[in-house]
Amino acid sequence: MPDPIIQMTNVNKWYGDFHALKDINFIVNEGDKIVVCGPSGSGKSTMIRTLNWLEAHQEGTIVVNGIEMHQKMKNVDEVRMDVGMVFQHFNLFPHMSVLENLMAGPMWVRGIKEDEARKTAMKFLERVRIPEQADKYPGQLSGGQQQRVAIARSLCMNPKVMLFDEPTSALDPEMVSEVLDTMIELAHDGMTMVCVTHEMGFAKAVADRVVFMDEGAIVEENDPISFFENPQHERSKNFLGQILQH
Amino acid sequence: MLFADTVVAEPAVHKPKIMAIMLLVGMIVFSFFGLNDTIFGEFMRPVIGEPTESGLFGNMAIGLVLSMLFTANIVLIGFLPFRYQVLLVWAELLLLFLSFFYSFGLNFEFIRSKIWFMISQGVFTTLYISAVSITLASMVAIVGAVAKLSTNGFAFAIASFYTSFFRGLPLLMQVYLIYLGLPQLGYVIDAVPAGILALTLCYGAYMTEIFRAGIQSINKGQWEASRSMGFGFALTMRRIILPQAMPLIIPPTGNQFIAMLKDSSLVSVIGVWELMFLARTLGNKDFRHMEMLITAAIIYWCLSMCLEVIQSRIERHYRTISH
Repeated sequence: MPDPIIQMTNVNKWYGDFHALKDINFIVNEGDKIVVCGPSGSGKSTMIRTLNWLEAHQEGTIVVNGIEMHQKMKNVDEVRMDVGMVFQHFNLFPHMSVLENLMAGPMWVRGIKEDEARKTAMKFLERVRIPEQADKYPGQLSGGQQQRVAIARSLCMNPKVMLFDEPTSALDPEMVSEVLDTMIELAHDGMTMVCVTHEMGFAKAVADRVVFMDEGAIVEENDPISFFENPQHERSKNFLGQILQH
Repeated sequence: MLFADTVVAEPAVHKPKIMAIMLLVGMIVFSFFGLNDTIFGEFMRPVIGEPTESGLFGNMAIGLVLSMLFTANIVLIGFLPFRYQVLLVWAELLLLFLSFFYSFGLNFEFIRSKIWFMISQGVFTTLYISAVSITLASMVAIVGAVAKLSTNGFAFAIASFYTSFFRGLPLLMQVYLIYLGLPQLGYVIDAVPAGILALTLCYGAYMTEIFRAGIQSINKGQWEASRSMGFGFALTMRRIILPQAMPLIIPPTGNQFIAMLKDSSLVSVIGVWELMFLARTLGNKDFRHMEMLITAAIIYWCLSMCLEVIQSRIERHYRTISH
């Protein structure tokens, strides 16, 4: 068994007095597709953001891709290059065209030549099925298209693992499925993924494990069938009851 | 443009009540000035008789005629489309100013004999000092803004002391302090470098705040997206944050540049041969102060207008590339 890509051991985090993450233990192996869910304020976004050190943790260890994340680390950018991140609000660079958004990372930090970066960018734009938008600016695209560009932008960096922080929460309902389809395809291609999402259909379709968090702690971690059919904890049951009601 | 209202109201100047008020106020104001003994009195001679003897009646009659012309002018302009309104009002105001200057009885021959020297020496020095200073000030401002936003107490302390000090002192005093103060430390500084240094430090302090506000206005998500792709701090600042902050930074910076162009006149006190210095000295010998001052004023104004045009071009450039 090779080393896991992500390993969190007894991670604790506080915002001032507020205990945001409580004793998190969490492992992601290569090829794993993990869905993290839970009520709002449960710490799921905080947890996924500590994985590429956008948020600092105070106790415990986080090892990503063999490198431990800590305050004095020199090579945080090296870790981040290999960890793709997709945000709720896309965060595309609005002053750059779609193609430039995709080429920036490979050219500026991977040192790839412009021609090759362009080829890679077009390949991934075709994969998310919007190659015709290459020369537009992010502000000219719909939300769903922007999020697919954001996914393609991360993929251009050739990451070892992709983190998704509520990628469909800011989208209009009819655009959710186009983003989810892209993510499902990505999962079938074998990408290692950690997704914070409330899309239970997506969880059922691709997740190897579902992690349920509440009040900063991991309450339950199980395969999707067991989690949805037979949740072990009271809080999981309540949560599932609430989101599946409609 | 402001938010354009969908309901179009009748122009205020076309309402009878407003017109009547304008006419009345105009008449009172013009009468108040007592224009009997001016050129207007001469024009009105057929109606009011000998202007100097016409007294209150003459004053009121002249006031009424001027007020009617004034009101008619405004009402007519009110009918024109926006573009022509702007052109016409500009032309009228300009004409008023020129006739104001003309009334001084200026000696244009004298102006003609000096103007080339004013432009070749004065304008060149003014532009040179301003351009060098604004370039240096921008560099100071970027460093200052980063320092003011940093979590490093040392950097923040220096930057905030710097902005507080140089924004708090009159520019004229800074010019003196640098020109007369530095030699106390054993370093004798020439007038031009002293002027450039003073302008750079003063405007660098103002622009530090402009750059800081511009950088702060960029959504945190841009930083997160950039850093999460492995871009370092400097790369993120240079390629992601500053280009987006530029549209916000440029209008106030253009403002600063125009202000600096005119504040560079303060450097004349230490004997730099820029526009203001020449305006004050060239007329001395022949007691032709007004000629030179007005010429310099018009030159300053033309230079600022050029800068305004350049500024709006740059603004448009940044607006189009982001959409």
